[in-house]
Amino acid sequence: MWLWFHKLSSPPYAYRMATLLRPWFFWTALALIVFAAYGGLVLAPPDYQQKDAFRIIYVHAPAAIMSLQVYVVMAIAAAVGVIWRIKLAHAVAAACAPVGAAFTVVALATGSIYGKPMWGTWWEWDPRITSELIQLFLYLGYMALRASFDDTQRADRASAILAIVGVVNVPIVKYSVVWWNSLHQAPTISKIGKPSIELSMAWPLYTMLLGFMLYFAAVLCDRVRSEILRRERNANWLVETVKTS
Amino acid sequence: MTMTPRRRRMVLVGLILLGVSGAAAFALTAFQDNLLYYYPPSDIAAGKAPADRVFRLGGMVEEGSVKRDTGSMEVRFVVTDYQKDVTVSYSGVLPDLFRDGQGVIARGQLRADGVFVAHEVLAKHDENYMPPQVAESLRKQHQQKAPAATPST
Repeated sequence: MWLWFHKLSSPPYAYRMATLLRPWFFWTALALIVFAAYGGLVLAPPDYQQKDAFRIIYVHAPAAIMSLQVYVVMAIAAAVGVIWRIKLAHAVAAACAPVGAAFTVVALATGSIYGKPMWGTWWEWDPRITSELIQLFLYLGYMALRASFDDTQRADRASAILAIVGVVNVPIVKYSVVWWNSLHQAPTISKIGKPSIELSMAWPLYTMLLGFMLYFAAVLCDRVRSEILRRERNANWLVETVKTS
Repeated sequence: MTMTPRRRRMVLVGLILLGVSGAAAFALTAFQDNLLYYYPPSDIAAGKAPADRVFRLGGMVEEGSVKRDTGSMEVRFVVTDYQKDVTVSYSGVLPDLFRDGQGVIARGQLRADGVFVAHEVLAKHDENYMPPQVAESLRKQHQQKAPAATPST
């Protein structure tokens, strides 16, 4: 286990692994997303109350779940980077941020489009919506902080602290609908017990979520590779790898 | 016990997390009242809602309480949390999901006579998703169990 951990934290090994795994993640993700989109838009029955408009949850809910999960991955990577002084972990954290920000934007935008016909408003300062907006600002703040340093190592350390501090917003977003009165409804699938959705409508949702996760993994492979390329641009192994490939 | 630098950093990360989550928890508890997105009718009956400013009222539209004025946009309905009721008066376009028994959130002000004058009415749907057939059979079961249940439209 520890041996594997050390091996993985070496940039040449990580670079090769990312190159190797990326196509598997990407093509599986694409297949799952296409399948789930067909399932959600065509096969699933319309909702008894929201009719066909409910189908936007097949994008909205997975994107929102990912906006939190990516942040947790980023914060863990940043903490590992700080504690064990592993540069690659910082590279992973840096690679997560724009992807997480993109998922957050998708969640907010689809939620807004959903809100207009269902609730009657594009935007409300509801606890869930407001905390999700803060989530977006955390990602943007992290990226801005990184960009403000010329020295990668100093950027790594400073931004890692922000990533770790910001992780407290994740449970706030998740439980905002439980802790406070809100316009947004309570959790449907991400809760203990039986999901409040019929199986015929739920399976495309789970499939889409899995697709999004694998898509994130694929994009992360790409972004980690380019982070390694940038950080190790003077390393001998890299020259060798690029020459042979 | 001597601390290796790694262990020290681990403790540091732990302390940061503990401190920040503690601070967040305190702040959220302290501002609980200001974070209140809407007031249920019980709170209004108990006099907890602000009388002099705009706030939000949340609850269910009482079955059969919706009355429309012919010839105007004016609509009156009762919002209930099954303990207390508040009459709401509203003039404007209602969301598609607005109907008897639907959760709604109304933003407006409480008039001296106890009528809540809304500027905006939003529909709040719940977390349950099901096909129409399932909803229909659930409704039938419900009616068989409780024949006195109010008829739905």
